[in-house]
Amino acid sequence: MTSVLQAQALGKRYGKRWALRECTVDIPAGHVVGLVGPNGAGKTTLLKLAGGQLEPTTGDITVLGGRPGSTPAQLARVGFVAQDTPLYAALSVAEHLRLGARLNPRWDAALARERSGQLGLDPSHRAGKLSGGQRAQLALTLGLAKRPELLIMDEPVASLDPLARREFLQRLTEATAEHKLSVVLSSHLVSDLEKVCDHLIVLVDSRVRVAGEVDRLLATHHRLTGPRHAFDRFPFDQRVISVSHTDQQSTVVVRTGSPIHDPAWTVSRLSLEDLVLAYMDTSTENRRAHLEVQR
Amino acid sequence: MTWLTWRQFRGSATMMAAVLVVLTVVLALTGPDLASRYAAGIAGCTPDDTCDRFFDRFFDEHQLPFVAVSFVVLALPALVGLFWGAPLITRELEAGTHLLVWNQSVTRNRWLAVKLGIVGLAAMAAACVCGLAVTWWSDPLDKSAVPDLALMAPLVFGARGIAPMGYAAFAFILGVAVGMLVRHTLPAMAITLAVFAAVQFAMPLLVRPHLMPPVTATFELSQVNMGGIHVEEQGGPVQISTRPAVPGHAGSWVLSSDLLDSSGRTIAGSGEEAPVPVSVTSGPCSPQEAGPHGLDACWLEINRLGYRQHATYQPLERFWAFQWIETGIYALLTLGLTWFSFWWLRRRLS
Repeated sequence: MTSVLQAQALGKRYGKRWALRECTVDIPAGHVVGLVGPNGAGKTTLLKLAGGQLEPTTGDITVLGGRPGSTPAQLARVGFVAQDTPLYAALSVAEHLRLGARLNPRWDAALARERSGQLGLDPSHRAGKLSGGQRAQLALTLGLAKRPELLIMDEPVASLDPLARREFLQRLTEATAEHKLSVVLSSHLVSDLEKVCDHLIVLVDSRVRVAGEVDRLLATHHRLTGPRHAFDRFPFDQRVISVSHTDQQSTVVVRTGSPIHDPAWTVSRLSLEDLVLAYMDTSTENRRAHLEVQR
Repeated sequence: MTWLTWRQFRGSATMMAAVLVVLTVVLALTGPDLASRYAAGIAGCTPDDTCDRFFDRFFDEHQLPFVAVSFVVLALPALVGLFWGAPLITRELEAGTHLLVWNQSVTRNRWLAVKLGIVGLAAMAAACVCGLAVTWWSDPLDKSAVPDLALMAPLVFGARGIAPMGYAAFAFILGVAVGMLVRHTLPAMAITLAVFAAVQFAMPLLVRPHLMPPVTATFELSQVNMGGIHVEEQGGPVQISTRPAVPGHAGSWVLSSDLLDSSGRTIAGSGEEAPVPVSVTSGPCSPQEAGPHGLDACWLEINRLGYRQHATYQPLERFWAFQWIETGIYALLTLGLTWFSFWWLRRRLS
């Protein structure tokens, strides 16, 4: 299986602050990949590195087998919709499509016309006067009509209302199926990604916490609930993701491939959101260290 | 990329073109008239040797348009730097549209090269047209200007010939580079203006006098190079001073003008007064003696006593040599900043 994005110990530093550290991921082709994490976790940095707008401080990144942003040919293979879907406010919808046609050798004019027609975008309308949803749709149209092999989108729905959000994601899913492209999109909301993604990367504190296919992640993560005193003989060969206690009970999220048979614990499945939240819980790191000491 | 750059730039370009058309039409309509009046005046004053007075009168009558057009040529490069250079990149950074355009199938280097090429060449062309049109129009006035506004003098030199083209190229790329560094339009405009003004002051003060070794010579005193005679009301010695002009070299840029006494000692520097042992109550320097040629007899008397002007100056013949050298210096500065812009784009801007 070919990779659309391979990063090896990738890092980016701004001054003294690391925006991304030791990022090693391998994203196979043909997926819709969700990049999720809290604000400031390094999502935009990773995507900009993939788009070639940033140079890595350490490590390597290849996108579709090439160095990001290095040549016009490489740029033509990767579509990128930046955060807040920037457009030229003074240029009309038609002029944006003309811009796309002028600057991209593989431009699909028919697709651009058809999509903007479906979306009801008036060609003579200035981009500055479009609604947030229309702006995002126009930016997506530019990204799709470029006919890339990989489409990267940074928080494309962050500024949209729920209705526009749903419509955008729906159009994206249709387009992905139709044009057989790989997509990487970021969001700080799992609910957005749940609808469209089949692959997930969780980024917290400038590090990759977990990455993999959504189905596999859901199959290998479990929530264990048991009496608090049972926690002392917790099966420690499990990889603990997060722990929380009440007076009576302990709740533990673990990652394991093998079934759990300890009768003291009730095993339940996690939703994708719970799974992501378990990884985002930054205090777990300390708890796990605490557990190590107890052992 | 050319289409997009032109689409973004066409408003400013149209406005600049309109201003230049108006300017050149006005200059073209009034220029021949100005030249013929100058020719008629010269024809009238040459036989009776009163051309100095004709020059004074002619220049006086047209001083306002002279200053106005010179100001336009001096201001144009600064405006180009402020309104074309500084916002060129900051506008994209502020709106985030650089991320839109960088993700089309065009490399960032090409993006910057096309932007700099089209807008930079337009800036240079505008300044060149403006500079040469004003140079042509003001030729009769430059020939009759007072020493402070001589063709080689700092204020006028920069508003003539091809130097404005160099200034415009430099101001433009300075605006672009500052914009890339500070990333916000208004601070970039302010810094561009401050730096450009500093360079434009430093050039005539520190660099231009040394482009070629200045000519040093000693001249007899006459009404060309003498400021006047001055006596305190309460009495005291008669004071004289030189002015920044040298006889026989009209249009020169006088860098220093000292007054020497008969032993060759400097008794007054540029703009200073020195006492001379002549009387203003009788003899050639008294008001009664002042004939149609003013103080000429008085200057003869002071010359006879051994006083001379010692001046260093850049003669008018060097005008075009200086223009080329100065344009070359600004071209080098422009190339340096262009290189920096590409380097910064690759290394830091994103």
